[in-house]
Amino acid sequence: MTQTPWLSLLIFVPWVMALGLACFYRKDGDAAKKAALVFSLLPALVTLFLVGHFDAARAGMQFVERHDWIPSLAVEYCLGLDGFSLPLVILTTILVPFAILASWQEKKTDGVFYALILFLQGNLYGVFTALNFFPWFLFWEMSLIPAFFLIRIWGGQGRIAAATPFFIYTMLGSAAMLLSFLALYISVGTFDFVKLAELGRTGVIEGALYANLGLTPADSNMWVTLVFFGVLLGVAVKVPLFPFHSWLPAAYAEAPTSVTILLTGALSKMGVYGFLRLLLPIFPGVIREWLEVLLALALAGIIFSAFAALFQKDLKRMLAYSSINHLGYCLLGIFAAAASTHEVAGAATEIAATLNGVVVQMFSHGISAAALFCFVGWIETRGGGLRGLEDFGGLRKAAPIFCGLFGISAFSSLGLPGLNGFIGEFLIFKGVFALVPWAAVGATVGLLVTALFLLTCMEKVFHGPLPEKWEKWPDLSLFERVTMLPLAALMFVIGLCPQMLVGLVNPCSTRMAEWLSRLWI
Amino acid sequence: MIQPLHACLILSSLLFCIGLAGVLARHNTILMLIGVELMLNAANVNFIAFWRYGAWAGQSAGVMFAIFSIAVAAAEIAVGLALVILIFRHVRTTSIDRVDGMKG
Amino acid sequence: MISKTWETLLVVKLLWIIPAIPMLAAGVLALTPRGYRRMAASLAIGSMVLAFLFSCLAFYATMIPLPYSEAWRQSYNVPWFDIGHETVRVGWVLDPLSALMLAMVTFVGTCIFVFSTGYMAEDENFTRFFGFLTLFAGAMLGLIISNSLLLLFICWELVGLASYLLIGFWFHKPSAAAAAKKAFMTTRIGDLGLLIGMVWLYSETGTLLFYDGGFGCLETKALIGLVTPAISGGTLAVTGIALLIFCGAIGKSGQFPLHVWLPDAMEGPTPVSALIHAATMVAAGVFLVGRMLPLMGADMILFSGSSPTLYIVAMVGSFTALFAALIAVAQTDIKRILAYSTVSQLGYMMMAIGVGGYPAAIFHLLTHAFFKALLFLGSGSVIHGCHHEQDIRRMGGIAGSMKITFATYAVGMMALSGVPFFFSGFWSKEAILHAALTWTPSMLPFIFGLCGAFLTAFYMTRMMGYVFFGNYRGDSCHAPHESPATMTVPLVILAVFAVLLGFAGTSFWPWCQSYLTAQRVRFGWEEFLHAWPLTGGSIAMVAAGIGLGWKLYISRPVGGADAPDILETMHPKIYNCLKNKFFVDEFYAATWVRWCGAFASVSDWMERFVWGGMMRGAAFFTACLALLNSETDERVVNGSFDGGCKVLKASSGKLSLFQNGKAQRYLCVIGAAFALLLLALEMGVKL
Repeated sequence: MTQTPWLSLLIFVPWVMALGLACFYRKDGDAAKKAALVFSLLPALVTLFLVGHFDAARAGMQFVERHDWIPSLAVEYCLGLDGFSLPLVILTTILVPFAILASWQEKKTDGVFYALILFLQGNLYGVFTALNFFPWFLFWEMSLIPAFFLIRIWGGQGRIAAATPFFIYTMLGSAAMLLSFLALYISVGTFDFVKLAELGRTGVIEGALYANLGLTPADSNMWVTLVFFGVLLGVAVKVPLFPFHSWLPAAYAEAPTSVTILLTGALSKMGVYGFLRLLLPIFPGVIREWLEVLLALALAGIIFSAFAALFQKDLKRMLAYSSINHLGYCLLGIFAAAASTHEVAGAATEIAATLNGVVVQMFSHGISAAALFCFVGWIETRGGGLRGLEDFGGLRKAAPIFCGLFGISAFSSLGLPGLNGFIGEFLIFKGVFALVPWAAVGATVGLLVTALFLLTCMEKVFHGPLPEKWEKWPDLSLFERVTMLPLAALMFVIGLCPQMLVGLVNPCSTRMAEWLSRLWI
Repeated sequence: MIQPLHACLILSSLLFCIGLAGVLARHNTILMLIGVELMLNAANVNFIAFWRYGAWAGQSAGVMFAIFSIAVAAAEIAVGLALVILIFRHVRTTSIDRVDGMKG
Repeated sequence: MISKTWETLLVVKLLWIIPAIPMLAAGVLALTPRGYRRMAASLAIGSMVLAFLFSCLAFYATMIPLPYSEAWRQSYNVPWFDIGHETVRVGWVLDPLSALMLAMVTFVGTCIFVFSTGYMAEDENFTRFFGFLTLFAGAMLGLIISNSLLLLFICWELVGLASYLLIGFWFHKPSAAAAAKKAFMTTRIGDLGLLIGMVWLYSETGTLLFYDGGFGCLETKALIGLVTPAISGGTLAVTGIALLIFCGAIGKSGQFPLHVWLPDAMEGPTPVSALIHAATMVAAGVFLVGRMLPLMGADMILFSGSSPTLYIVAMVGSFTALFAALIAVAQTDIKRILAYSTVSQLGYMMMAIGVGGYPAAIFHLLTHAFFKALLFLGSGSVIHGCHHEQDIRRMGGIAGSMKITFATYAVGMMALSGVPFFFSGFWSKEAILHAALTWTPSMLPFIFGLCGAFLTAFYMTRMMGYVFFGNYRGDSCHAPHESPATMTVPLVILAVFAVLLGFAGTSFWPWCQSYLTAQRVRFGWEEFLHAWPLTGGSIAMVAAGIGLGWKLYISRPVGGADAPDILETMHPKIYNCLKNKFFVDEFYAATWVRWCGAFASVSDWMERFVWGGMMRGAAFFTACLALLNSETDERVVNGSFDGGCKVLKASSGKLSLFQNGKAQRYLCVIGAAFALLLLALEMGVKL
């Protein structure tokens, strides 16, 4: 059978294009930019095909490609797409061209910059589609490398202080994750996510780890807990989960705009996706055992980062903290989905609602945060490098369209109903409240403070009297409006017709919810 | 009473030692070549002596050796002298210590 | 169910068109350039008129069957999105409550839209203003018709957004921008309660639809399901849910303690204050409690007939009614007085629902919408006439130059004060007080209500005295002038309704009450006579209030613009306390706002030093490991190899000295070696 390897195309086309850019457009930044835009749109065609042929009613993997790679180590080159990964693939497809367009005026960039971005794009697709740990981990690590160089070379003043901890921190996490997966491999002999999930569901993993590694028979849970926390560390740093988040504000603030957009829009989703694909299916028991601690961490992330954002004077740092806050809801939902359910009526529906909410929230956050960071980038360009909360004022008078679209993005980010942010938050709150009420109630503080700092930002930057020096502040050019249009449209579309997105996810989350709700440990 | 062979050997030993001393002590290349000749001739004396007083004195192998050796010595001295002359022309000296152009 | 003719069903099915029309207009206006002012105004007004016509149709559809046997209610639900094997549905409902509200909102809205064309004529963002207004109208109408708490919440937040945008419409004023933020944040505190209540309700009943053919959350089956666990000693989920939902209403309707945003919201243009912060949006809280009444009162079964939820509603409402009326006495900004009056009147409505006078509350909501819109528009006309002066101490004596405004304003004032018989406010307030009197758990609401009535009459008379009587105390080179017809005609129309509407709910012909409850409320002389002492008492309070106000502010004209208020000279301390709104804002600033800021700085400090320190620690640890590694590599691995090489090199240097190119030396060595060999042979060494 010779089926077109669509998913491989998705990964390798950007890689080849990146190579081409790096070879032929090294010096000519302008031509490289145009070429990169065209190249980054190529995967859109593939994505369109995938969306068109995706069977939304099926919960399993689709477009599966499976080839032996290192048979003696059970390493396979295995790709597949399901309801959890498709939205993220779509998100990546949207965000990469958007990121390139967002920094169109940037002068410092050259061919290598865009090559790295395209390389990153290919790796992102890889992470979202790989079904075997080995290739998945390769993509995971390879996405770190371009991100590091993009920050390190093209970042702002403090780029070195930002890039190095970012790299070290994520590497430490990845190392722990690698060890954990080696332990899993030694015990159960597979790297395949689907098989591991099956073993996790049937509770085989715990015993296997104990049998193969159990040197100290004191506690049979020790190994599975250790392995779990190893994997947790790897994905938690990426999301990030409180308290592993402190690399993020500096990295987001120092990265150039387009890289920040990709960091917050797509790279942080790798972490949440890791939670959804690895931790929740493979270790539901351990999550349940540590539920209170994990929920408390997610909650602390939501609350502390919201308040920290309130304190920031730098718009980019503020939005960075806001990102931690928003992804905190995703983690809250994922942890709560593993909660013990014997007291909850209709638990499967509640878990399904939560998981739907998590995916929708990821997608919406990708859109809204990307738009907001893009706006801050434009503010920075127009303001001659200024991006402090107190540096501006009254810009709405000079640039009403700028303010209007910024306002739409800000309100979408703070979860105004009718826009995309609300759907995810509502679903997460609905599910989490039914499963773990205290967590949902605590998380509302985050909603309040998010609204407070975003409105403060609106007030300080756009309202009030217009200082004389900003009177010539240019409104959005046609080019910028066209750049922003798809994202703004998506905010409305998802807010009003969430079924378009939820419909893709629902079969998957329903299936997972059903077995999670039947899980008794 | 000293035997004739012993006398010959003592002579050749003396001759050899004189030649060796000449080679070691002299710095003039030509004199060194003469020393070498003396040492060769000491060997020739030995050849003749061992032939004359040996078990096969009727055969001419010993003389052949000596003649061969003298021929070789002649050839050697011809080449050696030619080299010395060439070196002399080149560096205007025959002292062995001065000719060190090929030393690393 | 009665009269399920296909026409009425079609009306219900197409009910979504009513909010969709203004929404569509808002969408078009959002994309309209600034220059198209006339088009913007006519589009907005046209959409509102159209919505009004459709609302009348809907209203008519609810009028047809009146055999008073069962509440006439039709709903239509549509799926929105899936979760698990279930579907989240939203829908709309047509019943007397929504039909009345639809008609009121569209009618008042139309009047205010027309008024705005005059009031905002000089504003450069004219089109944007109408865009926001239509957005608000669409969201408000959606809120009214929604048959799902989820859809209601969505529209609820959207009206909040419209309110935010319109309060901050003059965003270049820092005070307006701050007020907009404050309004959004304060109501959001309540909204979070509503959100939690909503998800709790969802998880308890499995639906957010109000009416769903017997399966909605306000229908008997769900309510029994909610109450049952509490009977057997479980959690009081139903009370908790109801109180959380009431939190939303507290925020939106400006009830104590979340009332602080409403007076500040007067920073917005006056038509906005009239439409949103007096007539419609702030009443949404009352509407919500009215809509959720079956749920609010469901815990009645558990507490032998008196619901703790409704008790709290009544107490909050009555306290707010008195509290805000007291503050209004000492304010000097014409719009702020009206704002506190609105808070107070909303308190009355809440109280009415709490004490079991649901129809009275909705009736008061309707009459209040008309006369308060009238008062706000009248104050807008005054402000416009006095060249954007809002301080009543700088007005005075403008009754002569603004005759129509004065006449209509007086009608509004009398309606609000509850002047007997000819003004709508009298009848609705009377109904509320009557309900409060018959409420057994506590007499406080009634007493508070009566005191509130006195104060209302007093502060309105005071305001009239300041604004319309005495001498003009403003800038003398700009004489006040009457407003254009676009502004006065809506005033007249609203004034007419402020009078007439009362007759829809008099105790002689309580149409409104019977329409809302679908029970024939008959007029009985016996009850009427029985209630006379109450009516007499309340009339006396109103008379006392007006009389006192007249004595203090009208019979003896106010002095100069800077002269102290007559109450201030009498009781400076009390006056000061009232003037500063009982220091509630200061209290919040000193507590919540400060704590919030302090917590923010604590979080930031922790970010910098604790969590950041953790990261730096990890980075430092890694760097140390790297250093150790590189040192080991450098010193041990590389060092030993290099050392070996060095030794080899040095020794070879020494050895190479032997090879000095001196043939004689070589010969010497050979000779010596030969000699040694000989010696060794001589010594008998065996080779």
